[in-house]
Amino acid sequence: MVQVTSPAFKQNAHRALQDAGLQKALGKAKGAFLQRRAAAVAALPEFERLRDIGRDIKNHTLANLDHYLEVYAANVEKAGGKVHWCSTAEDARRAVLQICRNAGAKTVTKGKSMISEEIGVNDYLEAQGITPVETDLGEYIIQLRKEHPSHIIAPAFHLNREDWEADFRRAHTDLDPNRIFHERRDILTEARSRLRQKFLAADVGITGANFLIAETGSSVIVTNEGNGDLTQTLPRVHIVLASIEKMVPTLEDATNMLRLLARSATGQDFSVYTTFSTGIRREGDLDGPEEYHVILLDNGRSNMIGTEFQEMLRCIRCAACMNHCPVYGAVGGHAYGWVYPGPMGSVLTPSLVGVEKTGHLPNASTFCGKCESVCPVKIPLPKLMRHWREREFERHLTPATIRTNLGLWAWFAKRPSAYRLATRLGIGALSLLARAPWKKNRGAFRRLPLAGGWTQGRDLPAPEPGGTFMARYAKARRQRRT
Amino acid sequence: MHQTRPRVALFVTCLVDLYRPSVGFAAIRLLEAAGCLVEVPAAQTCCGQPAYNSGDRATARDLARRVIDTFLHYDYVVVPSGSCGGQIAHHYPGLFEDDPEYRARAETLAGKTHELVSFLADVIGTAEVTARYEGMVTYHDSCSGLRELGIKAQPRRLLAAVDGLVLKEMEDAEVCCGFGGTFCVKYPDISVRMVSDKVQNIQATGADTLLAGDLGCLLNMAGRLHREGAPVKVRHVAEVLAGMTEEVAPIGEAPAGNGAKA
Amino acid sequence: MSKDAILGAIRRGLKRGKLPADQAAMLDGRLATHPRHLIPARSRIPRAEQIALFIRNVEKEFGTVERIPDLSAVPAAVTDYLAAHNLPPRIVVAPHPELQGIDWSSRPMLERETRRAQDGDLTSVQHAWAGVAETGTLFFPSDPARPATLNLLPDNEIIVLRASAILGAYEEAWDRLRAERKDPLSGGFMPRNLMLVTGPSRSADIEQTLELGAHGPRRLHVLLVEDEPAPRHGSPAEHRAEAGVQPGEPAPPGD
Repeated sequence: MVQVTSPAFKQNAHRALQDAGLQKALGKAKGAFLQRRAAAVAALPEFERLRDIGRDIKNHTLANLDHYLEVYAANVEKAGGKVHWCSTAEDARRAVLQICRNAGAKTVTKGKSMISEEIGVNDYLEAQGITPVETDLGEYIIQLRKEHPSHIIAPAFHLNREDWEADFRRAHTDLDPNRIFHERRDILTEARSRLRQKFLAADVGITGANFLIAETGSSVIVTNEGNGDLTQTLPRVHIVLASIEKMVPTLEDATNMLRLLARSATGQDFSVYTTFSTGIRREGDLDGPEEYHVILLDNGRSNMIGTEFQEMLRCIRCAACMNHCPVYGAVGGHAYGWVYPGPMGSVLTPSLVGVEKTGHLPNASTFCGKCESVCPVKIPLPKLMRHWREREFERHLTPATIRTNLGLWAWFAKRPSAYRLATRLGIGALSLLARAPWKKNRGAFRRLPLAGGWTQGRDLPAPEPGGTFMARYAKARRQRRT
Repeated sequence: MHQTRPRVALFVTCLVDLYRPSVGFAAIRLLEAAGCLVEVPAAQTCCGQPAYNSGDRATARDLARRVIDTFLHYDYVVVPSGSCGGQIAHHYPGLFEDDPEYRARAETLAGKTHELVSFLADVIGTAEVTARYEGMVTYHDSCSGLRELGIKAQPRRLLAAVDGLVLKEMEDAEVCCGFGGTFCVKYPDISVRMVSDKVQNIQATGADTLLAGDLGCLLNMAGRLHREGAPVKVRHVAEVLAGMTEEVAPIGEAPAGNGAKA
Repeated sequence: MSKDAILGAIRRGLKRGKLPADQAAMLDGRLATHPRHLIPARSRIPRAEQIALFIRNVEKEFGTVERIPDLSAVPAAVTDYLAAHNLPPRIVVAPHPELQGIDWSSRPMLERETRRAQDGDLTSVQHAWAGVAETGTLFFPSDPARPATLNLLPDNEIIVLRASAILGAYEEAWDRLRAERKDPLSGGFMPRNLMLVTGPSRSADIEQTLELGAHGPRRLHVLLVEDEPAPRHGSPAEHRAEAGVQPGEPAPPGD
């Protein structure tokens, strides 16, 4: 399983902000997603209503998830597939390994799958002598770099063209040193020809799933490159990694979600390849796998049902929340310290790996609400992050200084006359300090004891002279009366 | 205009009370000019948002109850902040899911609570202000006001009625400034980066004045503008609408003749 | 066992046991009737405009479209396309009866093979089962006559699509699929593989900038066979489109 570095979020973020290459990549990428989504949404007047319907479909599915899962599994089996129910990441890894072993697999090609990252299946297979090859371009370079994706739909969000060239020259050792990589096109051509050979040689193909459809027992993948399709079409065995909340009841339900997905994710009306897989190669077919396995993973999700975090299970992994998040835009995905970054990760990660290690994530938000406003299934992400803060507070995981300050302030806030007195004194002192003779600017503080968090990057404006509003207002009323 | 003058309670907010009383007086001036009978309940302290957003739900509820009890009997509650206004109008009812009595009271209060500028523009129907402001201003849309209360056109409409004022929109006016309450001191690195981006957009407009409707955001942006030595005046939108800019120095600046500029 | 553990945990979360029979039957009823949701208005337009919308959307997504009068025009169109793009006169053709019925003798220099695709194939000629105007999306249900590899391995994919197979919205394709297909293995209607293709392969993984031809075809060219008489004003098809009633649009032959 991917190492959880979320406890070091602050340090991660600090490093990210100092990383010139990362900042360059983030700066370049930022505008592209936003403009494309805005244009795609503007071109579809029904988009808002589709969001409501998408939310309702997912809510209906979650309220009946047990039933739909059973119907789905029965339909997979009718089409010659096999469903592997896996409670934990370990169960899922073992199931994958067993299928690969039975197939005598040496190499495995992989389409993009966040579940694969979640269960850490690559390292596991590699340790057992099976070579996994990521085939999504972004995932491929991430694998060459021995990194993890920094974004759920654009894994190499944090890299620049120069990084690609350097990594290819390092990893593709037979590469002609005179090969030119001036254009992105050159990088693409190199990756395409390398990976083509891997597709043809693979014994097993592993993909994720954007949706599972109960009505037909189908899994759906949505891609632009075609790597997912090559992964699931060429090898003899196809394994689908899917978590239980990918379920939708019917093709019509899936259609509504698909109308939302690409527009929210990449700003396309529809992705290039939306592929429905249902079971094994049929008699007479000239291509397609002879075995079709679905790893149906829970890994903590069923525990979210019936809690305030159930709404998170509506997520369709479009990444609109992180694309629009100013915090993500500042620090990138790796700072979050696990598989899922950005606002959706700040809710989901504590649910899946525990809030003890990941308490920073739901706190590292200004609650600006942009994520919720673009979420295709209207997940109230700030509200759910606040619920995590409540759990932290209840379990005394909130830092002691914050608890103490909050308690002190609350004590006064509940006692208006004590509050008036304390604030009058406090503001009076601050005003006096602002007018201290050694200060060049009496309107603001450059430094102030106990305010280092504020003043490390900005001045602290001084309070307006003349005392608090309540004191001045009371005085004015008294004068008016006399 | 109302037949009888509506009784409006001003919820001053902690930051205005402590840091920028002029905003409170500007609000009173605007509300009175709009024909309201304005009262300032003396028992008010804080709406409880800091506790609410820190996960201390019990304290948030205690403070919400106090606000509800203090403000429920007015015709309207007006708040010169989208953030505190949003707390009352948007979040209070959810605090009392298991308390039907207070839930109902919270909903009633939520229904009559408005942010100042949207109250003037949408409820009272104010279209004209008598203020004058010579300058080019840019307006930052604070997050809660924008996304919880739908405040976007209202301040621009009223600012258009201010003589001499020219509004120049900044890029990403709707992107968060990085204040976020306790966020700005818990994660200063990120917060400073966000406010630096914001300040860049502000300066790119060439505007001499920055306005917004939330004091938290204004203190944050003023603090960064000052740190960068940018000659941009920072004010709450109410000060300009009420024509009070001669009476109080911009945020973060010393009162005239009372100290040198940095 | 994991299955019971997972279902049990879900039911505990939902604060109930296994669904009672009547509620399960209601859900199964929903599956059987698969109600449609909101269908965007953009494809609810008269027939001729639907076809025009399809073409516009294919082109918007970097595909190309050529209208041809009938299937007998395919050989010339294919040869000209290959020549125009400086491609060798060599194609792999899907073993679909409609394509196999074409008389290619007028183009003796064109090398043809009928099979699934292999590495090194430069150009495929594939048969599309339907096109959806809403987004310019082609539907390729896999079967012995329509191997999926033809959509994936070659650099250039030429697609033969009858204009009569153009539908407005995806939902119409689902209804057609349900009505027309019977899967011998599952007893359902879904083929093993159903690809919905919208334009040529692409990636934006390098600096979030679009490049065509990532792993699949760099070029996607649709030969649109005008097998549908130009609709007159007030034709039944037009009325259906306007009323938003879509099932049973003229079904193309040969599928």
